[in-house]
Amino acid sequence: MAIECLVLGAGQEVGKSCVVVSIGGKRIMFDCGMHMGYLDHRRYPDFSRISESGDFDSAITCIIITHFHLDHIGALPYFTEVCGYRGPIYMTYPTRALAPLMLEDYRKVMVDRRGEKELFSSDDIIECMKKVIAVDLKQTIYVDRDLQIRAYYAGHVIGAAMFYAKVGDSTMVYTGDYNMTPDRHLGAAQIDRLQLDLLITESTYATTIRDSKYAREREFLKAVHKCISGGGKVLIPTFALGRAQELCILLDDYWERMNLKVPIYFSAGLTIQANMYYKMLIGWTSQRIKDSYSIHNTFDFKHVCPFDRSLITAPGPCVLFATPGMISGGFSLEVFKQWAPSEMNLVTLPGYCVAGTIGHKLMSGKPTRIDLDKDTHIDVRCQIHQLSFSPHTDGKGIMDLIRFLMPQHVILVHGEKPKMATLKGKIQSELGIQCYDPANNDTVHIPSTQVVKVDITKMFIRTSFSATPKSIKTGVDGISDSISQDSAALPLIQIGDERRSEGILVMEKTKKAKVVHEDELLQTLGVAEHKVQFAYCCPVYVSTIEHIKGNELSSIISKPNGDTGVSCLLESNSPSLSLAEHKQTLMGSELGASDQCAWLHRLYIKLIEKCSGMDLQEFSDHLQLSSLHICLCPNKDCPFRIERGSKGRSMAFFCCSWSLVDENLAWRVLSIMKDLDLSQ
Amino acid sequence: MKLTCLSKGSSFHFPPSHILTICGIRILLECPIDLSSLSIFSPIPTDSHPYPDVEFSNSSENSPISDSGCPKRRRIEGTLQASDLIRAEPWYKMVKNLQLWDVSSIDVVLISTPMGMLGLPFLTRDPRFSAKIYATEATARLGRLMMEDLISMHYEFTQVYGVEELGFPQWMKWEEIEVLPLLLREIAMGKNGAELGNWQPLYSAANVEDCVQKVQTLKYAEEACYNGSVVIKAFSSGLEIGSSNWMINGPRRNITYLSSSIFESAHAKEFDYLSLQGNDLVLFSDLSLLHGMTTLDKNAHDRKNHIRLEVNDLRPSTSSAFRDKGNDGDEFMKSLVNTNEITEEMDKLSFICSCAINCVQGGGSVLIPLSRLGIALQLLEQMSLFLESSCLKVPIFVISSVAEETFAFTNVVPEWLCKQRQEKLYSGKALFGHVEFIEEKKIHVFPAMYSSNLLRTWKEPCIVFCSHWSLRIGPVVHLLQRWRGDPNSLLVLEEGVDVDVALTPFKPMAMKVLQCSFLSGIKMQKVQPLLELLKPKIVLLPKELRMQLQAASVSSVISIYRKTCKLYYYEGETLVIPSLRLDFEADLSKDLAFQLQPRRTSQENIAVARFRGELLVSQGKHLLVSAMEPVEFQQGQLLHWGSIDQNRLLQALQEKGISGSLDNRSITDSPSLIYIDKPSRALIQISATGTIISAADEALASLIFEAVNSVLDGI
Ligand SMILES: [Zn+2]
Ligand SMILES: [Zn+2]
Ligand SMILES: [Zn+2]
Repeated sequence: MAIECLVLGAGQEVGKSCVVVSIGGKRIMFDCGMHMGYLDHRRYPDFSRISESGDFDSAITCIIITHFHLDHIGALPYFTEVCGYRGPIYMTYPTRALAPLMLEDYRKVMVDRRGEKELFSSDDIIECMKKVIAVDLKQTIYVDRDLQIRAYYAGHVIGAAMFYAKVGDSTMVYTGDYNMTPDRHLGAAQIDRLQLDLLITESTYATTIRDSKYAREREFLKAVHKCISGGGKVLIPTFALGRAQELCILLDDYWERMNLKVPIYFSAGLTIQANMYYKMLIGWTSQRIKDSYSIHNTFDFKHVCPFDRSLITAPGPCVLFATPGMISGGFSLEVFKQWAPSEMNLVTLPGYCVAGTIGHKLMSGKPTRIDLDKDTHIDVRCQIHQLSFSPHTDGKGIMDLIRFLMPQHVILVHGEKPKMATLKGKIQSELGIQCYDPANNDTVHIPSTQVVKVDITKMFIRTSFSATPKSIKTGVDGISDSISQDSAALPLIQIGDERRSEGILVMEKTKKAKVVHEDELLQTLGVAEHKVQFAYCCPVYVSTIEHIKGNELSSIISKPNGDTGVSCLLESNSPSLSLAEHKQTLMGSELGASDQCAWLHRLYIKLIEKCSGMDLQEFSDHLQLSSLHICLCPNKDCPFRIERGSKGRSMAFFCCSWSLVDENLAWRVLSIMKDLDLSQ
Repeated sequence: MKLTCLSKGSSFHFPPSHILTICGIRILLECPIDLSSLSIFSPIPTDSHPYPDVEFSNSSENSPISDSGCPKRRRIEGTLQASDLIRAEPWYKMVKNLQLWDVSSIDVVLISTPMGMLGLPFLTRDPRFSAKIYATEATARLGRLMMEDLISMHYEFTQVYGVEELGFPQWMKWEEIEVLPLLLREIAMGKNGAELGNWQPLYSAANVEDCVQKVQTLKYAEEACYNGSVVIKAFSSGLEIGSSNWMINGPRRNITYLSSSIFESAHAKEFDYLSLQGNDLVLFSDLSLLHGMTTLDKNAHDRKNHIRLEVNDLRPSTSSAFRDKGNDGDEFMKSLVNTNEITEEMDKLSFICSCAINCVQGGGSVLIPLSRLGIALQLLEQMSLFLESSCLKVPIFVISSVAEETFAFTNVVPEWLCKQRQEKLYSGKALFGHVEFIEEKKIHVFPAMYSSNLLRTWKEPCIVFCSHWSLRIGPVVHLLQRWRGDPNSLLVLEEGVDVDVALTPFKPMAMKVLQCSFLSGIKMQKVQPLLELLKPKIVLLPKELRMQLQAASVSSVISIYRKTCKLYYYEGETLVIPSLRLDFEADLSKDLAFQLQPRRTSQENIAVARFRGELLVSQGKHLLVSAMEPVEFQQGQLLHWGSIDQNRLLQALQEKGISGSLDNRSITDSPSLIYIDKPSRALIQISATGTIISAADEALASLIFEAVNSVLDGI
């Protein structure tokens, strides 16, 4: 069945990720995000395109949320509590645990700082979360009888997952945001080598190829160290989850090694509380952290102290993690206003800032003055350090993933239009895979491979496999054949030339079609075989009996049958015998076995002479070549004696029978026999 | 398909074990060890306890082996005495009947619980072992911890007895076994004397490491594919953290392997029975009901200082709710779940806690050698709360070589826990109460009895959680020897432990004993409704449940259930299960389907098509795809069936410009003949089972064949 993708968000942009995929009557919404850059209706996906009547429960089978970032989950409480969707929502355990923090934080910023009318309340968030079904990685979840989904590790942030969905035989993966290289606290994305009709992948860094992460980490540490040794303050505006933990692990580690005593603060209780979650979710972090947690839980930071508002103006160096990231408002903006005017201080910015935020303004050029509104402005004299590491995969990683999965089709989302176009071209030209980069509200139709369900018999399998032992290798068995361990693309099916299986498909109305081996067909149909064969009683020139007697054969013929010619050796009154009976009669005839043997032997010798390499076999009463059966015919009324032979010549008749398979062969032998003279 | 029940098991700690053969694959289900049989050994003598040990304080200084050969031990059967016990480094008893199977013939091992894993190193250390082992991540982790703990507890013995020389130990010699009291002899060699070969010397830490490396760990509902043909999935059983039931889906069999399961759990993820629906066959291997029965018989007699705790289910049975609601799935589920299992279990824990509080208030200490992780974790929570609310400053000690790691582990596995614990994650609270209590120094965790920190912190009265429930190894031995004479102290034991045998080395006991049974599986009244929900075509049950199930089915007659065929298995016997499906399912790819050229047959609604393709196997599924090269059959039809209508044939011949006539002479039984005269002489001989075409030249013969072919069914 075909797959239809309606891109409601993150089409040729980053923000409000939301793709609605229809497969075989099922409709899955992947992500339900909001756009940080807009404050009007454009911040949410246009849900009216899913259902004009607003009956979302019947329009959508389930929602799948890939991770807790607001551009992937920000519109969820609005969709469930305001739009009224009540169906199932799937996300991983960490996403389920941490999403409420993100949503609440965002809601507060919106309402408290910007004084906006709230789009959803705290209660809405709580109610929304009650509808969530938390899943673990690799679990195959049956949403209903026909739709199964499965989460795979995506790196990016804790709990981030790529989701596989299967309806009937149509399969797809929606990646969400992912990272193909491990970072301080998370592993790299991991997925089985699945057979896919469609891959929908993010493409934030469609054309970027990144170098070593460690060099960039060192750069960051150097900048921080330089600032605090100069007595400056470091502001790290960040969201409570994800980047905060990664940088904090980095700093905590560095502080320990360098024996630094400068305090590291976390603003508000939020991030401290977040660490509590991280401690319990350690199973979702990198292998290194997982291996060591029973001795020391990495998220028990040694150098982090609780923060107090008064410390903003306190003298002396410090490092402060403040929410929200991108300095889009809230506490990080408050601190920024205080610290930005001093050149001793340092502000770090993430690799990506949404347009419209102060972070974005600081990144574009080096402004010395930022106007908040018409009355307030900030003089910016502090150092700016842009973090160049990102939890997103780079262009090479995207290509690696696609090459690993080799899906039938690729849709790019969550990226910038021109870069996406470049990547799309690359995917099509280098990998030969049909690729799309739809804009918001576009629909992409994907044709899908189809299969028919049949039954196959044991015998068919046995005969197929005795000739062709073969199985498709996918990542599930044994050592995970997963991309992070081996990104070299291997063909999914190794095609051999002699691996054939031959069978017969029996199709009966109202029943499932069945594949049988040829030998089982008649039994399956409950019918008896009707053998169609060819026969020809072939005259062969043998000269006279006397002549034969005189030649060397006479010594073998122990009981020569005197007067009658060979052509009428035996009288028979049964002109229409089946071939089998016919042969039997011959066996019991007066003609001695050795006589038959002699003529047959002569024929055998001649045939072999004429056609060397022929696999003709000699038996006491007949010759056999595949299905071609030749015996001496003693029946003068033999029904298959179509031709009587030329007059005046002594003829011996050889009854030949064969089946269709050996048609050509039989006629070749017959034409030779017709020209033979056995007396010579 | 075949099932051999190796052992019915005996308790939560010794689950049943089977060998299942499906699609030619031999699967071992569980590999536990019978730790209750450790009771034939004498615990190591300790010098720390203040009470003189009449029984063997002297003998321990002598060579225990020379002592054990002494004929004075042959006594008239009566109450077991400490001197009857074997003084040697203990061996461990594997599943019976398993040694009858060739280790190398096992293809797959499924491990459902940490207990089911304890015997696994005995197999994996055999170089011939090559099976694939599956267990959930949590089971593998907890199993490993339990094995490591076992090794560390056992270590004390090697300190006393030295490292065992190779070969049979002295105690296994026939002369020695013969003089054992009947009770011990039966444990040592089984009722029929066949089990002596099941004893094994304990594995090493390296064996355990090697074993764990060989386990392929799974998440719940993760698909593992064995050999391309069988898909194996684990689903939570609710018994313990990570414990599982299994779905085994082969090309022709869909099997649910149901181990001991608990519908509602206060720690582990709930029994996921809904996911087990839709399989043809259920192997019912929750034998906890049988285990309960046997222990009740054995411990029927009362003891003065022995409290038996059984909270009876006084609430009205809800089984009547099933009756008329055969098709109402929701009702089923409610009735399966809403029987207050959690409340009952909580009541038991509260009772233990109140007994413990009474005990410490009276100046005694409480010794809790419970090895059931879930129960221990809940009891720790409850106990701390009870102490808090009674304003008692009594310390709780947890003494185990693996306690710290176990605690750390249990607090980072929200995915494997019950709903209430997952809610704790969502609200940012620790998953188990012990985290807080350890931080507050209300619970003290020590790896061993003799750690210096423990001696510094030690204070009596106290409450101690430690291993091992067999009362033969681990810190419990020391503490029992210390407190056994104190009538104010309390020992909490699990049901299933044979108290008489277990306490033999510690007699006389003044200490109070509280024995408590915990829910270890599906309750009898839920078996029927569960099977109704799962709707298998065949269910395999232990023969011991036959009577009970029949009795139960009278009270709730449900039509669906009758369709299920019940087969009963016996310990040590092989049951052959009839095949339900003859054919395999497969997918035919669209491109191959498009290449087909179906041919109608004279049978109504049936068409046939010959094809050539490739048969692929993946994930237990067969897939037929078209061959890469275009398919061409050089020959026409090769196979014909049915009979020839002679008039139709004559007509068909006519259409090809061949004229002939039917031979009028033909007799009814003999074949009929059609003589062809144009374009040249030829003959067709037709019988019910075959047709022979005879012509002098190839062209005519094949023309005739075409005509024959057109009036026959064929392919
Ligand atoms: Zn993201
Ligand atoms: Zn994103
Ligand atoms: Zn003939």
